[in-house]
Amino acid sequence: MVDLAPPLARIDAFAALPSLAHGSRFAATPVGPATRFVFRGRGPAVDAAAAAFGVAPPRDACRAAEAAERAALWLGPDEWLLLAPDGEGETIAAAFREIDVPHSLVDISHRNAALTLSGSEVTTVLASGCPLDLHLAAFPVGMCTRTLYAKAEIVLWRRAVDRFRLECGRSFAPYVHGVLVDAAAEFAVAD
Amino acid sequence: MSAAFRTASGGRIDRSTQLAFTFDGVHMTGHPGDTLASALTANGVRLLARSFKYHRPRGLVAAGSEEPNALVTVIRDDGRTTPNLAATTVELYDGLVAVSQNRWPSLKWDVGALNDLFSPIFVSGFYYKTFMWPRSFWQKVYEPRIRAAAGFGEAPKAADPDRYANRFAHCDVLVIGAGPAGLAAARAAAEAGARVILCDENPELGGSLLADPSAMIDGEPGAGWAASIAADLAARETVTLLTRTTAFGYYQDNMVGLIERVTDHLADPPDHLPRERLWQVRAKRVVIAAGALERPLVFPENDRPGIMLADAARTFLTRHGVAAGSRAVVFTATDSAYAAAIEAKAAGVSVALVADLRREASPAAEAARAAGIRVDLATTIEATSGGRSVESVRLARIAPNGSIAPGETIACDLVLHSAGFTPTVHLFSQSRGKLRFDADRGVFLPHEPHEDVVCAGACNGAETLAAALGEGHAAGAAAARAATGVEVAERAYEAEGLAIEIGGHFGEVPHGRDASRVKCFVDLQHDVTAKDIRLATREGFRSIEHVKRFTTTGMATDQGKSSNMNALAVAAATMGLDVPQVGLTTFRRPYTPVSFGAFAGVNRGDLFDPIRRTPSHDAATALGAPFEDVGLWKRAWWFPRDGEDRHAAVARDCRTVRETVGVFDASTLGKIEVVGPDAAEFLNRMYVNPFLKLGVGRCRYGILCRDDGYVYDDGVVGRIAEDRFHVTTTTGGAPRVLAMMEDYLQTEWPELDVWLTSTTEQWAVVAVQGPKAREVIAPLVAGVDLSSAAFPHMSVADCRILGLPGRLFRVSFTGELGYELNVPAEYGAAAWDAVLARAGEVGGCAYGTETMHVLRAEKGYIIVGQDTDGTLTPADAGLGWAVGKSKPDFVGKAGMARPDLTGPHRKEIVGLLPDDPKCVLDEGAQITAEANPAKGAHALGHVTSAYWSPNVGRGIALAMVEGGRSRMGAKLHVPMPTGPIAVTVVDPVFWDKEGKRLDG
Amino acid sequence: MLLITCPYCGPRPEIEFAARGEAHVARAAPDAGGEAVAASLYLRSNPRGVIAERWRHVAGCGRFFNALRHTVTDKFVATYRVGEHRPDLAAATGAGEGTR
Repeated sequence: MVDLAPPLARIDAFAALPSLAHGSRFAATPVGPATRFVFRGRGPAVDAAAAAFGVAPPRDACRAAEAAERAALWLGPDEWLLLAPDGEGETIAAAFREIDVPHSLVDISHRNAALTLSGSEVTTVLASGCPLDLHLAAFPVGMCTRTLYAKAEIVLWRRAVDRFRLECGRSFAPYVHGVLVDAAAEFAVAD
Repeated sequence: MSAAFRTASGGRIDRSTQLAFTFDGVHMTGHPGDTLASALTANGVRLLARSFKYHRPRGLVAAGSEEPNALVTVIRDDGRTTPNLAATTVELYDGLVAVSQNRWPSLKWDVGALNDLFSPIFVSGFYYKTFMWPRSFWQKVYEPRIRAAAGFGEAPKAADPDRYANRFAHCDVLVIGAGPAGLAAARAAAEAGARVILCDENPELGGSLLADPSAMIDGEPGAGWAASIAADLAARETVTLLTRTTAFGYYQDNMVGLIERVTDHLADPPDHLPRERLWQVRAKRVVIAAGALERPLVFPENDRPGIMLADAARTFLTRHGVAAGSRAVVFTATDSAYAAAIEAKAAGVSVALVADLRREASPAAEAARAAGIRVDLATTIEATSGGRSVESVRLARIAPNGSIAPGETIACDLVLHSAGFTPTVHLFSQSRGKLRFDADRGVFLPHEPHEDVVCAGACNGAETLAAALGEGHAAGAAAARAATGVEVAERAYEAEGLAIEIGGHFGEVPHGRDASRVKCFVDLQHDVTAKDIRLATREGFRSIEHVKRFTTTGMATDQGKSSNMNALAVAAATMGLDVPQVGLTTFRRPYTPVSFGAFAGVNRGDLFDPIRRTPSHDAATALGAPFEDVGLWKRAWWFPRDGEDRHAAVARDCRTVRETVGVFDASTLGKIEVVGPDAAEFLNRMYVNPFLKLGVGRCRYGILCRDDGYVYDDGVVGRIAEDRFHVTTTTGGAPRVLAMMEDYLQTEWPELDVWLTSTTEQWAVVAVQGPKAREVIAPLVAGVDLSSAAFPHMSVADCRILGLPGRLFRVSFTGELGYELNVPAEYGAAAWDAVLARAGEVGGCAYGTETMHVLRAEKGYIIVGQDTDGTLTPADAGLGWAVGKSKPDFVGKAGMARPDLTGPHRKEIVGLLPDDPKCVLDEGAQITAEANPAKGAHALGHVTSAYWSPNVGRGIALAMVEGGRSRMGAKLHVPMPTGPIAVTVVDPVFWDKEGKRLDG
Repeated sequence: MLLITCPYCGPRPEIEFAARGEAHVARAAPDAGGEAVAASLYLRSNPRGVIAERWRHVAGCGRFFNALRHTVTDKFVATYRVGEHRPDLAAATGAGEGTR
């Protein structure tokens, strides 16, 4: 075993791209390293997952639940994206190994990359490529869903009136970033 | 040039500001609020274009987007040159440069005008009839010349530097058109609290109110009322007002396409704004308030500059403060044109007379007479004269029996004409709503909607301002109620103003000229006359759709907005049918032309498609590697050293891998984690191979078929645990394989407890291949015994790689000892660097996809999609050994047992060796039994892969050949333009047939 | 662009979906024989009227589901989950209002 000093460089797909911030109107900030799992299961497995993860996976379509920096996002009727701070992967995986009903837990911490999108024009910028109605009545705080941004598949989660988390496959990050830069260009003037 | 035709006062222009512009190089000035058309008219310019076919001089006909003649090119710079803009829709800005089109050498002296002299030849169908013989002339002579002469403006040659934005939008009520009906509708919906989008193609909201000084609404002048409603709407957070925005297309489920022209009206467009924005609006309800368009009268020589629609002249006068001429003749079939006559006279234009086709004097005619205007009833125009401007008209009297008596000739420089108004039903018709024919008025009106849409105002047949406002309010209220459930109180508007007449006269007017010779233009933009349409019906075209295509009437960029009803009437009269019996041509999107840029939006250049790069991309770039597109991925193609060309680099890398070791980025391979107690059962059903007995820690090469029995994808399946598998797919096949597996899991076998998760991007994969592969990776890997006894070929283990939680495969796509190191992707770049550095220490190299292709071909390993084409079964591909024949079922089992998939004439994958060892065959080349086959001879198959093999020292190839495996040793031929190439059919494994090298 | 009601996520734009052909076509048994296999693979009803189709909300919840769509009007009459019976048309037409 080679002695690894200095440690291997770790590259977040969005952090490697130029920053994108236009004052209070729009900003895209890399979320950075995070723990992510896809949890799949039915019925009792979902109850068991709630205990193992500390956040109950929502049964309602397109809703997220969060507690103590962990979140469970409904992506499908038997599919949830579990989010936690970087470094908690082993603990979470160990807890799920105790579940004795059929389920699936797969580490995708490195599969996705994420941005926090915020600002008074955040929905305007997203509407350049997302075909969903992002009006607060149609896409309230706490809603999450897989959808599209231009030609990239994304997961969009509304954290606040003017703040979203966007996840995409890591190789799609430069594309998503490029389309956001184009869409946000008209807000690149002083407030 | 002074603005001689500008009125002393009036109009919605800013007279205090001068805007300089040029047209065909001539400097002129106008004011903010002008269109290019109004500014040119103010400057006395009336020759604006040459017609499409006959190159006849043409001027303005209309004042809006329906203008058929005055198409110009506006030039900002090489990349910002926009042809075919209607001058009536180009807002004037300081420094605007416009040029005319379809003329050479100049607008005034145009060689193409000779076509007009030969016009008896250029009848409809001329091209179809004339250029048939000799047949060989079409491609080389006729078509290039016709193409050179055809068309309007020229496309710019430089790339378009502007940005085009896209916006998905959602609302309760979309109101299209901001005239009185649209404003009333938007107001009603907004007051209900509905989310409203109101769009209008003009720069200002108000529509007809802006050109009607007589309009009064609830005691306020019409234009002022429009401004206050607009201000109220603008102040509401729930309302989006879009000016300069045309609703061009109505799509399914109330999706409407709008095009917003964001910066075209600005002298200096700021960099941060897009030029145009495409709006894709999904509305719960749509209110169409598109208004009505005045229809021209079809009379002899009705196309000279200065002959325009009466309403257009009114608009120039009242909105832009421009008189369109100095001495006018008004020609009308309805009351609508009288206001134009009276307003023109009031503005100082001499009005020679109003010629009214009707026999009885209407109150409007009496009012005109009272204003001192001569009105001749039962009077038609049967001739006009003039070159670059109309100079006179010849009147004729229509006797009660219909006979025509020639009358006096009147000198004039302006003819204002009106046949009546046509409701603008384009969008309603696009929405698949059914139209009905109003026999009393002779027009088509909206009838049964297909979408959730309602029409209001003139487009729905309303003629008065009060009716338009009332319909608008009712439509807005109903739409809001349907969308939000909120009731809006009724509102009665007190309104008076100009009325329009829907209906009027259709088709050619009575005249005493030879109808088979005289030109009465119906479609000015495509130079289609009434006699052309009569000719089409005489030649047997009965369907209006066929008449349209034969004559091209209504097929120009104006989509026949002003010509379709007249064309229909001429055709119906010739056939002796009623208009509804002839039918109506389909209204097609877009309503007005939309730029390609708007549709392309951000989808061009580097953002045309997502470009996916692997973690080693930057390192490969630094090593000088070119990249190959594989699906959306960029994959390093080869790694040149010291100025090597492709051939040299690939040859060296191929030898290095077989002699020492090579490092390859395999990250793009699709990966699926299959987890659950039924995982093995699921894979056993999906793949042709048996999987139930695959041991934990072991891998198997899996072949995936569709139910038709044809090979769909392949990859390695590794068993990580009893209930967990790691499946790999081809690079291009990753999404579709996952979709196919989900399909079977969700719809065929939902009872199975197993789940699929894509892990393609979770892992960066570094393949290490070659005799020294173990030596390279040993110091980098912990937690696994790499000896062949403990970790033989086709093994997998979770372990530590470079200190990271990794997954190690022992697999080979080269035939050499090989490993694939899976590390978490965020460490992929560092892992690549570390592994490549280790390989370098033992003389190894990085290699790219081209080397990978050669090495696998030397081993006869197929690539699905290159060596297969969707019609090969596993047996055809030489993979019959992999099929689990004792399995009760798997995807493709029934399909591949079909009789026609098992016969003796199947194409099979074999190897080919050209007799000349230096020869490398062309991939895709056909294979025949004869060296010089007769034309049409049967091909036995084709070459699927062909390379120079540095290790075998000759050209090698894989091919699909009928009954291929029974032809071993046979001589076949590959006919090429340079002569046939003789080849020998061989086993597809060219290197290490015994497979001894897999153990290093 | 159609608006399609996913049985799990509600009305969503067409670009999130993938069409997967006619629904309720039984997969041929492994020993069904050539004719039956070919019919199951290639023969479809192609009606002028209401057709049952398979769709997948691929850029959404990922679920396959079935839909009744009118091939002339291009209107969705109903959508329903895999395993549920095809809704009877009269009832479904009433329910169709909700699927718009």
